[in-house]
Amino acid sequence: MELIWEGIKHAGLLLLSRDAEVLGITLFSLQVSSAATGLSLVVGIPLGMLLAMKRFPGHSLAVSIINTGMGLPPVVVGLFVTIFLWRSGPLGFMELLYTPTAMIIAQVIIAFPIVAGLTMAAFQSLNPNLPLQLLGIGASTPQLLWLLCKEARLPLLAAIMAGFGGVISEVGASMMVGGNIRGQTRVLTTATVLETGKGNFEIAIALGLILLVLTFAVNLLLTHIQQREQIRWPKPS
Amino acid sequence: MAEALLTLRDILVRYGPTTILEFSSLSVHAGENLAVIGPNGAGKSTLLRLMAQLQQPTQGKIYFHDREALPSNGLAIRRRMASVFQEPLLLNASVYDNAALGLRLRGLDRRSIEGRVQPWLERLGIEHLRRRRARSLSGGEAQRTSLARALALDPEMLFLDEPFSPLDPPTHEALLLDLQRILRETGITTVFVTHDRDEAFMFGDRTAVLIGGKLLQTGPTMEVFAHPENLEVAQFIGFDTKIPGVVESANEQSAQVRFNGGYAQVFGDFQAGEELFLCLRPEDIAVSLPGVEGPKSSAGNQLRGKALKVTPWGAHYRVAAACGENRLVALITKPAFLGRKIAEGDEIVAAFEASAVHVIKRN
Repeated sequence: MELIWEGIKHAGLLLLSRDAEVLGITLFSLQVSSAATGLSLVVGIPLGMLLAMKRFPGHSLAVSIINTGMGLPPVVVGLFVTIFLWRSGPLGFMELLYTPTAMIIAQVIIAFPIVAGLTMAAFQSLNPNLPLQLLGIGASTPQLLWLLCKEARLPLLAAIMAGFGGVISEVGASMMVGGNIRGQTRVLTTATVLETGKGNFEIAIALGLILLVLTFAVNLLLTHIQQREQIRWPKPS
Repeated sequence: MAEALLTLRDILVRYGPTTILEFSSLSVHAGENLAVIGPNGAGKSTLLRLMAQLQQPTQGKIYFHDREALPSNGLAIRRRMASVFQEPLLLNASVYDNAALGLRLRGLDRRSIEGRVQPWLERLGIEHLRRRRARSLSGGEAQRTSLARALALDPEMLFLDEPFSPLDPPTHEALLLDLQRILRETGITTVFVTHDRDEAFMFGDRTAVLIGGKLLQTGPTMEVFAHPENLEVAQFIGFDTKIPGVVESANEQSAQVRFNGGYAQVFGDFQAGEELFLCLRPEDIAVSLPGVEGPKSSAGNQLRGKALKVTPWGAHYRVAAACGENRLVALITKPAFLGRKIAEGDEIVAAFEASAVHVIKRN
């Protein structure tokens, strides 16, 4: 018990003193995971909409692949991205291994199936006749897509949060393709692993707490938005 | 004849091997209300989607104001039309935002939108709901919002796809009367799709009967309901009794028709030997017990038979009877039923006026 208590106490002091390295790691984690989430939205939302609204040959195969992708183990992603970026690998000439770019690539591969899968579910929950009605009062195709996104905004937000939550907290892929290089590719999760291994529990706990707070903040935001919608339920007249 | 606002020619719609719709021509004239009636699955909704530029036919051409409607000018045409469907299909927003949606899509400014939406909220009796969320509305209120959304667009053509059928009878009736008044006042060209012949009768200047993907008859509503051209149309619009017969003798105004179980006199120009069907609506057949003087005992045309089934039918009783090989359906009022006490299995006499008979020639 002593160990945990001391650890938390030191972690608190570390956070209050705004340790430069801890702060740097935190900001870098946010940058990498935000960039990865942003890119996976660009790929995942249109893909999810397409899968939800159009039938085409190979549709169910595509859905199965996306669903499998939603549970893709980060270490497997890390393994394959590493192989591709390895000096003698197919993309080795780009010299990306152990760079932030490599980490973003790996995180996009982890996040976009989550975003696509949840986007698909979000659009499937809309009334299938709604597009016809919107066209029937004069919506153009871009207007139609925008209105449908707006109508599915809550589940879409959940898709974004789930994507971000998935990549900010993964450790395997970041470790493998980033290399956990101090000041260059070290993120909250890999740093936590390293410090725990070295027995520096107070730093590990501090990093762990930051990660927890970040995840909590993301969920709080989501819940807040959902609750705000809830309040608009009618009062009994 | 008024100008044809919308014309469909040589239309074919197929889903895989299944033909959904196939007909040569249909026009909607400026200012008219066209009712499209038919049973479920007849292709009514598909026809409406074609007209509203929401679906392309497999084959065929559609003209709006004499110009062919193509995917390239689809949006421009759709913006001169508006559709209301069976479900209200509102967005998760306020009543006002929903009613204003179509105008916002057209990029109008706030004030002109307000000026066009407000009168319709008032006219449809939903002004007091303008801030309410759409999902908290009752079925009738939601459908009124959907109507306001369409009417605020001041469309050249309004398409209504069974807009009231999921509503309970009082709500249904109130909305139907309001809509009828609005359409009369605005004179908007309207296509109204329904399986309910009473709605068609109430709304349609003209009626098109669509059965099995084919347009079986199109004409002035009165004409279609009084003179169906074939047995399927006759059946759908309420001629439940169809007795096959042969003309025995004829003069210029009337004919004597023999059928299995009796003779009947009908009016019209027929030739001896012609084969035809005598079609009757249930309300035009009087049923009584043999030997009892019924109110229509003077009717010239009678046949004897046996009551098979007696069912309470709203304010009436419906009597299904067998007269030889012919099946007959009659509707009698409650007092008449209670006075005569017809039971299943009773021998009955069915009588009808010659003027009530609609004749369809057999070919």
